[in-house]
Amino acid sequence: FAGLADVSIAEDIPVEGEITIPVGSHSPDEDYSTLDEPVRDTIVRDLKAVGKKFVHVMYPKKSSALLRDWDLWGPLVLCVSLALMLQGGSADSKEDGGPQFAEVFVIIWFGAVVITLNSKLLGGTISFFQSLCVLGYCVLPLTVAMLVCRLVLLAGSGTVSFIIRLIVVVAMFGWSTLASTAFLADSQPPNRKALVVYPIFLFYFVISWMILTFTPQ
Amino acid sequence: IASLVMYLFAEFDDAANLLAANPDATTISIDEPAEIPKNQHSRRQEPGREEDDELLGTDDSDKTELLAGQKKSAPFWTFEYYQTFFDVDTYQVLDRIKGSVFPVPGKNFVRLYIRSNPDLYGPFWICATLVFTIAVSGNLSNFFIHLGKPTYHYVPEFRKVSIAATTIYAYAWLVPLALWGFLMWRNSKVMNIVSYSFLEIVCVYGYSLFIYIPTAILWIIPQKVVRWVLVVFSLCLSGSVLVMTFWPAVRDDNRRIALATVGTIVLLHALLAVGCLAYFFDAPELDFPAPVIPAHNVSTVVTKSR
Repeated sequence: FAGLADVSIAEDIPVEGEITIPVGSHSPDEDYSTLDEPVRDTIVRDLKAVGKKFVHVMYPKKSSALLRDWDLWGPLVLCVSLALMLQGGSADSKEDGGPQFAEVFVIIWFGAVVITLNSKLLGGTISFFQSLCVLGYCVLPLTVAMLVCRLVLLAGSGTVSFIIRLIVVVAMFGWSTLASTAFLADSQPPNRKALVVYPIFLFYFVISWMILTFTPQ
Repeated sequence: IASLVMYLFAEFDDAANLLAANPDATTISIDEPAEIPKNQHSRRQEPGREEDDELLGTDDSDKTELLAGQKKSAPFWTFEYYQTFFDVDTYQVLDRIKGSVFPVPGKNFVRLYIRSNPDLYGPFWICATLVFTIAVSGNLSNFFIHLGKPTYHYVPEFRKVSIAATTIYAYAWLVPLALWGFLMWRNSKVMNIVSYSFLEIVCVYGYSLFIYIPTAILWIIPQKVVRWVLVVFSLCLSGSVLVMTFWPAVRDDNRRIALATVGTIVLLHALLAVGCLAYFFDAPELDFPAPVIPAHNVSTVVTKSR
């Protein structure tokens, strides 16, 4: 940089310019924080966000809305409703009954955390809560399957109802796995995609198994 | 030039003479940098051993630590440290699984597949898959066995999942810990050629459990003969992987201790298989009086009647 050492500005040339920093116009709702708005607005806004994500899960396209604004309300609602619907199974007092509420809850959340850790350890670029959000929201098809199963079981529990339940659960299991893979697979290194997808497959398989083997008492 | 060549040959002759006189001298060979630590231990250079050493790899005994690896330089409280245990690609995991299912006689699993890069992905997820496979297959098999009986009421037996998980994870992690501790203790008494790090032992055990997954699925078939043939077959395959891995590590030791170690490894492996078969899968031919008897009591009746 020796050539620049003796650069100097001649003193007779005026230097002019502006040093004001342009400030964007204040949009009206930046002036008050969301603390002042009515509670109904807050709740409705959050509900709309959750509903939009449900729609994204049912029609999984490559949109990043699910990833960008993650929230865990949807997964919580789905997990609780699934765990509640899996209650009332055979013989809660006996040892060999179906999963208890706490077991379903733990399987879903602990399973989602383990899968997220697995994908991060393998070098994925997705953040922890984004991945939890996607895995939780993609339980939606299986919750729908559980609802359908309970309705079918009200009608009867013979072979025909079992076949219907089997078809519904298998279809929803495929839908869940494909939806979550569509959202999560892009953030993985390409030569490890199968290593990340397999635990997701196992996770939804276990949930599907719990739904399929639900027998009312 | 001829005299220069003669001079160089003379130098080599001198070196050879020196080496013949003092075989334990440290020599430096350019192609195998790992030879240096090997020559520092006093060893009998038997011709048969050299071939095994080539299969078994370098002597790591002066580098063994709880979790070996030159590349794990991040401190253990950072995330990057644990990422080094998952540094595998899909094809590597598939290769390791293939190596555990088709053991090649004479080839050491650790040397061939893992020595460069032990991982925790395989052991963890193979164990998880095995847990759920055993629980689901056991449930399905019991369902098919009792299907025709009018008094039978299907139960999902979800409790068994947690029992299966405890058993299999305890086997896959505590037995390697004990084995590693034992090998370290023997290593301090007898200089072994080969020693493994804790992570490599966990890897071998994890991948050797893979054969039990299709075995558990095939155990649904309600024939006693078929089930026991499957037990023996899978035990032979995965047992041979374990034996071929650990025999070189104890071979230099006292004969009895070596045989006892390898025998214990195989025995524990067999116990796992037989125990899972007995507990999770009801026997096909017995007639049950009423389904009120919980499945646990039934399987104890089954084991007593064997």
